[in-house]
Amino acid sequence: MPHDHAHGGAWPRPSDNYVPHVHGPDEPPHSHPDPGVDPHQPLAGGARALRVGIGGPVGSGKTALVAALCRALGTELRLAVVTNDIYTTEDADFLLRNGVLPAERIRAVETGCCPHTAIRDDISANLDAVEELEEALGPLDLVLVESGGDNLTATFSKGLIDRQIFVVDVAGGDKVPRKGGPGVTAADLLVINKTDLAPLVGADLSVMERDAKARRGDLPTVFLSLVEDRAAGPVAEWIRELVRL
Amino acid sequence: MSLATLLVLADGRLPAGGHAHSGGLEAQVAAGRVGDLDDLAGFLRGKLRTSGLVAAAFAAAACRRPGEWAALDDGIDARTPSPALRKASRAQGRALLRAGRAMWPLPSVGREAHQPTALGILARAGGLGPGEAAVAAAHGVITGAASAAVRLLGLDPYAVHGLIARLAPDCDRIATEAARRADEPVDDLPAAGAPLLDIGAEHHATWEVRLFAS
Repeated sequence: MPHDHAHGGAWPRPSDNYVPHVHGPDEPPHSHPDPGVDPHQPLAGGARALRVGIGGPVGSGKTALVAALCRALGTELRLAVVTNDIYTTEDADFLLRNGVLPAERIRAVETGCCPHTAIRDDISANLDAVEELEEALGPLDLVLVESGGDNLTATFSKGLIDRQIFVVDVAGGDKVPRKGGPGVTAADLLVINKTDLAPLVGADLSVMERDAKARRGDLPTVFLSLVEDRAAGPVAEWIRELVRL
Repeated sequence: MSLATLLVLADGRLPAGGHAHSGGLEAQVAAGRVGDLDDLAGFLRGKLRTSGLVAAAFAAAACRRPGEWAALDDGIDARTPSPALRKASRAQGRALLRAGRAMWPLPSVGREAHQPTALGILARAGGLGPGEAAVAAAHGVITGAASAAVRLLGLDPYAVHGLIARLAPDCDRIATEAARRADEPVDDLPAAGAPLLDIGAEHHATWEVRLFAS
């Protein structure tokens, strides 16, 4: 039957799962995407920044962490930020007000009341934002994608980011790591934030550390207080390691 | 024509950016014009007969006439007086082409296509015809705004889907008319407008706080 194949691409090679097939006489005309061709548009200039997603529940300190990382890394890396706050400009305004990043390095994405959809099921608006930043600013080393505040089940698609950080805070209760969920169990880095509040809210950090270890195995967990460490030292160092690779 | 392919193209879960757009509903909700299911029914009927008809006709024409995408895109520009709506349509066209490239081999489009043009391009690449492109466009116009209504107004999702089911014959009728006109010169294609949607979109784009991109 007449149909259109586009085989023969070089990126990177046909998938190992690709099974050659034959066509029967009754099949309608149809076409196949080449399993060896990357369906994504190439980035301008072949540049590709490391993309790090930062997720976590409402109020856990995602935006404050992004601001701290901008302060820590903004002078040594070519950096941009995409925010997904429910209220379009809220988080971007926070970053601007705090003077941590110039306006042209921040893009806000509207999520239609579905912050988890925008980072997991339909990542198109976030991909557009990342690509627009790279087109406007030239090659970048690092793009931070901050999710809107959501719940423990929200995670980033691997089609959007390379690594993800999940931020929880001690004031949310020291049982949060034990509850698990994909953010706590599978994020590449778990940040337990606002440790300075632990004595005030009766949170036991050793319980959180033990539960995080049980949930995450060898994946790293760091404790953080942005009041005491405005440059988010351990998180910034974790990102520096990734950029060096 | 593959019915399953049409369902793939019209699936609300297609990652083509639609979830972030309310089809103009958010502005009308804020203005107090849409607050319950009856209001939504009127809103969707109006959308179907105006922007729905235009989108369906241009999707059908883009599916039928691959050499005329640029001219069709200009025709959509001319029918979209609101800059905010032109921007929203091109953003959704870009997202749709991104999804389409993962599904079928797409020809080079050469510019950022409007959503209906992109839909016609995808339909053609998927082996569908102008009639299917038109029905996918008309269906998308009402289901996108209906889904936004569930999220914005907390309407009963069963009641909203009951409404969508009742609108299905209207959807088919609009799509049939659109597809019948798919060969007309660009200037003669449907040009029904909805000034309140245009005005609402321009106000919406200036809001400091909004939940949807359009």
